[in-house]
Amino acid sequence: MSESNTPIKVPTMAEMAAKGEAPEVLFWVGCAGSFDERAQKITKAMVKILHHTGISFAILGQEESCTGDPAKRAGNEFLFQMQAMNNIAVLNGYDIKKIVTACPHCFNTLKNEYPALGGEYEVVHHTQFLQELIDSGRLTVSGGAFKGKKITYHDSCYLGRANGVYEAPRKVLQALDAELKEMKRCKAKGLCCGAGGAQMFKEAEKGDKEINIERAEEALETGASVIAANCPFCMTMMRDGVKNFNKEDEVEVLDLAELVARAEDL
Amino acid sequence: MSSSLWLCGSLSIFALMQLVPQIIFAIILGAGIYLFSKNVGTIRKNILSGRDEDRSDRKSDRWMTMLRVAFGQSKMAVRPIPAILHFIVYAGFILINIEVLEIIIDGLFGTHRVLDVLGPVYDAAIGFFEVLAVLVLISCVLFLTRRFIARISRFHSPEMKGWPTKDATNILVIEIVLMLALLIMNAADYTLQQHGADHYSSSGAFPVSSMLFPMFDGMSDGTLIAIERIAWWFHIIGILAFLNYLPFSKHFHIILAFPNTYYSKLKPAGELPNMESVTNEVKMMMGMPVEGAEDAPPPESFGAKDVNDLTWTNLMNAYSCTECGRCTSVCPANQTGKLLSPRKVMMDTRDRLEEFGKIRDGKLENDESKNLHSYISEEELWACTSCNACTDACPVNIDPLDIIMQMRQYLVMEQSSAPQELNMMFTNMENNGAPWQFPPSDRDQWKNDLTTNQA
Repeated sequence: MSESNTPIKVPTMAEMAAKGEAPEVLFWVGCAGSFDERAQKITKAMVKILHHTGISFAILGQEESCTGDPAKRAGNEFLFQMQAMNNIAVLNGYDIKKIVTACPHCFNTLKNEYPALGGEYEVVHHTQFLQELIDSGRLTVSGGAFKGKKITYHDSCYLGRANGVYEAPRKVLQALDAELKEMKRCKAKGLCCGAGGAQMFKEAEKGDKEINIERAEEALETGASVIAANCPFCMTMMRDGVKNFNKEDEVEVLDLAELVARAEDL
Repeated sequence: MSSSLWLCGSLSIFALMQLVPQIIFAIILGAGIYLFSKNVGTIRKNILSGRDEDRSDRKSDRWMTMLRVAFGQSKMAVRPIPAILHFIVYAGFILINIEVLEIIIDGLFGTHRVLDVLGPVYDAAIGFFEVLAVLVLISCVLFLTRRFIARISRFHSPEMKGWPTKDATNILVIEIVLMLALLIMNAADYTLQQHGADHYSSSGAFPVSSMLFPMFDGMSDGTLIAIERIAWWFHIIGILAFLNYLPFSKHFHIILAFPNTYYSKLKPAGELPNMESVTNEVKMMMGMPVEGAEDAPPPESFGAKDVNDLTWTNLMNAYSCTECGRCTSVCPANQTGKLLSPRKVMMDTRDRLEEFGKIRDGKLENDESKNLHSYISEEELWACTSCNACTDACPVNIDPLDIIMQMRQYLVMEQSSAPQELNMMFTNMENNGAPWQFPPSDRDQWKNDLTTNQA
């Protein structure tokens, strides 16, 4: 493993615009990816991949604000639309064409709900972007660290059922030469992690089990040593679930971007 | 002269007497159809009391969806056993109705098996319907077995207590009885044809009923005619009665499955509709130009307080639900013991809509304190993760999530009654542009110490 520790400079849109440049793609970091300590690692992995492939990218930095997804799903349409319109003003101000994001909630909102408010962009989830890069040969992934390892994949609701993306993340796993062990409920039948619809920000209603425990149990049943995720909220829920079974030393929950970055030793 | 007049008179009375059954049949048929259309009219009015929503776009996609999901029952296939049984009952319903058409013609004109003019095609059809009738009968018995002996859990959730279970039983028992009547009618008819009885000209093929009732052969023609007539009348009156049961039953899905899938959501499941009324308010607040702002009246309320705040497609969904419970059985909240059941959301919407319609038509006194929220509690609404498992599972594309979201909007924007933690999340978002309490200036802190192992 090389340890060159070369610093990566992450340009903001403001800096690029000042130089009269436009990036190929805007990396929408999202609130979890910006503030949540665990999700920041996903953000960093994604930036390392972007940097490694030489794609010109930028972030909005402090000009980025929550897409409004949890507000909308919690019934606060006012707050959602205020967030959306402010973000759209910023995005349109920079004439953004293509956005990649590592959060399926941001992905869904930007792609499906911003057009009605005047924000039309090509929006891709980072797993789709990774697949595009692999398919076009801009990113080569050698099995390396995960060759032959058992990995199970948790479909997030907002990438899966909400937007019908099931194959792109699986193709990325294939490129890692890992052995994909599907859970009993997967793809369109995949079980939610319990965080969507603004549940992430509140205690669950009264019940006899937590949803993430149910899902983690199912993931552990596959015997996989890695649970692959594509969403920072699923990440939190699945990690908590695995911890609940005291399996955190044996089973890692990793985002697809982290798997790729680790396989390539980025 | 006088005797011949007497003869003429008695002949016409005799002819009239013969017409009596046809007249009675015409009256019953007319009454049955009239009553059914009247009740369907009420349901239509109830559905149209919902908000307007334009689903007139993408016509060819809509036809394809209807063909695939309603006609082809594509979403039933995930559970193969009920899929096969359901397909048999469905095919039986559609095809055996061709024979019902003949029964109606025979009833009106006093003919016997008028479609016999089709010759061998007719024989094949009647023979096929007989096989189908037996398969339908067996399927209904198996459905009852699944429900009450195997006790499949989704048929015994709390919302299934009382009328919903009785309704399900009624439907299956009625179908069994109707199929039996059809087979008895055919068997008696076949035997009479064999005996060469008057009026019972040889027509049709009866591969099943001819075997089912061998004892008929030894009966007198008079007894057989009585059996045939009773079964015939019982069958057709039973069908008309069943038709009139539909508007009061979950079984109405056999009709609404088609328009419901045609008008179902074609956009990505994750896309929630934009609230135009809010868009105008937000634009004005932000000092942005609003098109036609002077003409648009300010919105009366936000979100769904009652059924008429929902869209008409939400309300059609409620009448299309046949309470199979696939939505509830895949709901993560329900599976982990929470109160939420998407099926109950649909059943409650229908129950409240029925009540709403009766109040509108002056059949029920209005209780101002009651609305849709009297049926669906906040605890149910706040348990939803918006995961879309329910909408994916529904065999007729019902969307309970859309109702849940509109009811949440009412709770938050009209009642300010969100759970405290969500109010905190709103405040954070307003102040910091993030659902957590982090200063916006920290948003890009993560990039400060970023290094790569690659040169």
